[in-house]
Amino acid sequence: MIKISVQTADFDTGAELAALNAGDCGGVASFTGIVRADGGLSALTLEHYPSMTEKALAALAEQAFERWSLLAVTLIHRVGRLVPGEQIVFVGTASAHRAAALESCAYLIDRLKTDAPFWKKEARSGGDTWVSAKASDDQAAARWQ
Amino acid sequence: MNVQILYFASVREAMGRDGQLCDLPDTLITLGDLADWFVAQGHAVFANRDKLRAAIDQTMAKFDTPIAGAREIAFFPPVTGG
Repeated sequence: MIKISVQTADFDTGAELAALNAGDCGGVASFTGIVRADGGLSALTLEHYPSMTEKALAALAEQAFERWSLLAVTLIHRVGRLVPGEQIVFVGTASAHRAAALESCAYLIDRLKTDAPFWKKEARSGGDTWVSAKASDDQAAARWQ
Repeated sequence: MNVQILYFASVREAMGRDGQLCDLPDTLITLGDLADWFVAQGHAVFANRDKLRAAIDQTMAKFDTPIAGAREIAFFPPVTGG
């Protein structure tokens, strides 16, 4: 089962974890991304490419299913304006065994950072600036190839 | 060839619009040719390939990808989600 959602609203991690545990899986792993208040950040605004975003996320989930023995994957990404402390992304995986759940969860968040069409703009007292992509994110994604 | 071109994030801001329908000359073969065509029209945001990414019909594509048959081509900076 694959669940993909791109939304402005917050999400309930407890409800998402419960939904991933369909009753007969051995384990559920998850990653929740939260907006940091780095360097006086007052807000982040997330832009995306609507007709491509869900397609790109679904492709990543399908690649995880091909690579590991999984029962369920949930990918949720928020868009719009978010302030420090707010949840921004959720990756959840369910499998019979912990290694598949944990590894596929790491794979999905690493690949999401380089393959899904989202862009962050940071608001600070000095003005608004687009976040630059990090080479470390490319390296983290490349380790799965 | 009429193609819908879309711009996102810093590319959208540099272009001052979120997209346009372009009648592309047949001499443009690859995404790289198309980016060069924009540079030739004075749009410097297409010049630095390290800071530019593209998608053809909602799938990420490298600059050597042919554009023949494309219906929608998007240009944007490297993604920063997650």
